[in-house]
Amino acid sequence: MAISDVQEYTHLTDEEIDQLGRELDALRAEVEESRGAADAAYINRIITIQRSLAVAGRVTLFASRWKPAWVAGAAMLGVAKILENMEIGHNVMHGQWDWMNDPEIHSSTWEWDTAQPAEQWKHSHNYIHHQFTNVLGHDNDVGYGILRMAREQKWHPANLGQPVYNALLATLFQWGVALHDLDLEAIRKREKDPKVLAKQLRQIKRKISRQIGKDYVFFPLLTAATGPANVVPTITANVTANLARNVWSYMIIFCGHFPDGALHFTEEELEDETRAEWYLRQMLGSANFEGGRLLHVMSGQLGYQIEHHLFPDLPSNRYAEMSVRVRELAAKYDLPYTTGPLHRQYGQALRTILKLSLPNRFTSSDQHSVEEHREVGRGRPSDAERPGRSSQTGGWSSRGTSVRGTA
Amino acid sequence: MAVIDRLSWARTAGARLTTPLHPDDYLSLVNPLWTARELRGRIERVVPETEDAATVVIRPGWGWRYDHKPGQYVGIGVQVGGKFHWRSYSVSSPPKRDGRTIAITVRAMPEGFLSQHLVGGLEPGTIVRLALPAGEFVLPDPPPARMLMLVGGSGITPVMSMLRTLDRRGTMPDVVVHYSSTTEERMIFRDEVRELADRHEGLTLHRLHTDDDGMLDLADLDSIVPDWRERETWACGPAPMLDAVEGHWESAGLEESLHLERFTVQRDGDGGEGGTLHFQNSGKEIEVDGATTVLEAGEQAGVGMPYGCRVGICHTCTLTLVSGTVRDLRTGDEHDDSNDRVQTCVTVPVGDCTLAI
Repeated sequence: MAISDVQEYTHLTDEEIDQLGRELDALRAEVEESRGAADAAYINRIITIQRSLAVAGRVTLFASRWKPAWVAGAAMLGVAKILENMEIGHNVMHGQWDWMNDPEIHSSTWEWDTAQPAEQWKHSHNYIHHQFTNVLGHDNDVGYGILRMAREQKWHPANLGQPVYNALLATLFQWGVALHDLDLEAIRKREKDPKVLAKQLRQIKRKISRQIGKDYVFFPLLTAATGPANVVPTITANVTANLARNVWSYMIIFCGHFPDGALHFTEEELEDETRAEWYLRQMLGSANFEGGRLLHVMSGQLGYQIEHHLFPDLPSNRYAEMSVRVRELAAKYDLPYTTGPLHRQYGQALRTILKLSLPNRFTSSDQHSVEEHREVGRGRPSDAERPGRSSQTGGWSSRGTSVRGTA
Repeated sequence: MAVIDRLSWARTAGARLTTPLHPDDYLSLVNPLWTARELRGRIERVVPETEDAATVVIRPGWGWRYDHKPGQYVGIGVQVGGKFHWRSYSVSSPPKRDGRTIAITVRAMPEGFLSQHLVGGLEPGTIVRLALPAGEFVLPDPPPARMLMLVGGSGITPVMSMLRTLDRRGTMPDVVVHYSSTTEERMIFRDEVRELADRHEGLTLHRLHTDDDGMLDLADLDSIVPDWRERETWACGPAPMLDAVEGHWESAGLEESLHLERFTVQRDGDGGEGGTLHFQNSGKEIEVDGATTVLEAGEQAGVGMPYGCRVGICHTCTLTLVSGTVRDLRTGDEHDDSNDRVQTCVTVPVGDCTLAI
């Protein structure tokens, strides 16, 4: 189901919603106040571990014609790439570490080890996804423009191929993400500004050529120094590491908003939405998963998706402690707090993908109460058509993209 | 130079292997000084000078240039509570092309949390960030024949760098140093200055302990240094002292021969044209003239602007320019590329601008 008014859905009064907003603001202020040396040490430690793993993996691949070295090298490189994307890149670009005042670990300068240019990611993710989370017709993360993820999205015969598209999306995730901010729907409708498109394509081309050059040309050629037989195994090890990172990040991200219980919203919800209602929408639209500390680090703390969506620019290492408080608030206001083990959360997302490949009449909804809404078109509005951005989702800037004042 | 060219070629090639990071990001894992991305230095030792002042000896890392001009200052960024805080301090050591370390001398100010940290809390081995030497309060080469140094308190540090340079080069001209300090004990470098004065015939030292004898009345200069009007003068000390000196020299029509160290922006470039500044993330706007820096404008508009040294050396205040043009007050250079990182404390708007904050 999709919700057109979070207040009506939750049966909270204006005062209660405002009170919830104030309590979440207070939690935010508390964490902002207490950020300190231990947090800085955390991100620096993770960065050191990640870079050391990447070096160790790449050095090991100089012996990659020998199977155990291939396995060890690919594994270390894969783990390094996962850490780099999730706990480091994603979170640094949200501005979670900007408070340290360190230009080397800062959202405005960070570039990550994946095909999408950081600047475009900060627009499509920090702004569009985080501000318009789960609003049908606004948030392209709902199915990434190729999957039908909500019953309100109009069915098309092409949706029959969803199981295949899904598998392709998982394997090629970084390439899908690279195209994320292009807004393919706008290009198809010829509504995209050709100048913006040309600039974005230039950025993507440059980024991709550097990424491919590193993983599939220069490093493999270097490993010929210890024997030409290492070149091809090094290429396959790099493919494996990138593939592992793709599938893993795909799965973690699909657990964030698509398990049962994470709700979608219609455009009406955005009208006159207050900050407290924005908080509420983030709580209702996100889903956590449970696991040990290592799992949470490897998933960039996105197992605390609810906390991340409430406070996208607070340091990720603090989400665990914040989740205790957010859960208490959810109980206090009788709000859902969706969580479960990783396999179950992903299983539910996968079931939705499979079910929605068919027209609605063949399947039933897995949400608690069914309130079918009118169908929603594909694509998303341009920046000029949507409300201005809020500051807490992390920065982005691009002159090529029109920028409007904030309400 | 050939070595440096080869190095930079190797770095460019290396960057293809480390993209999107820089080779230095990996090399600094081996030795924290092996990176030139953000200049770094390692604290070698902290030498107490007086009860509340200390000389901090720093070993700079890659990318440092040791050929600072005597009298210049450097920026130093120290991570306290996870956050980098920046200040600028005069270099007290003389420039050496083959140098390995630089020294700054810092007095712990009662309200100065970073200066207290530098004097009292820095362990040798700590890695700090550095900004290259800057400042126009420098010793000319060759030095003028007759000089006057008016020093108040910790204002001695840039002057010390000049005196040490003159001493080392053996080119001490006719120099008069008038050094005021509240008490004898708080006088930084008192032994060294006295020793220099003993050794160099051309160096005359006047010391004044202001707690006992009161502040220097500039009218008394006529009797202390009768030929002060013929001397090129350097003054460094607290702001009220500098204001008084500036007024005194101006009324004598001698501002051309006066050098002041104020730790403020040297506005050599032209101002901007002014315009409306729009702060994208906070949605705030303000219209300002061409003399108001982006930083000042943001503060007036109530935007939580980051700032550090406020004189363009520490880069703490740097923000991303989304659209428009700003002009650097120091150089007159204009920045008009989207995504340019601009130092808000030394730039003014040229027409309407949007910044990402």
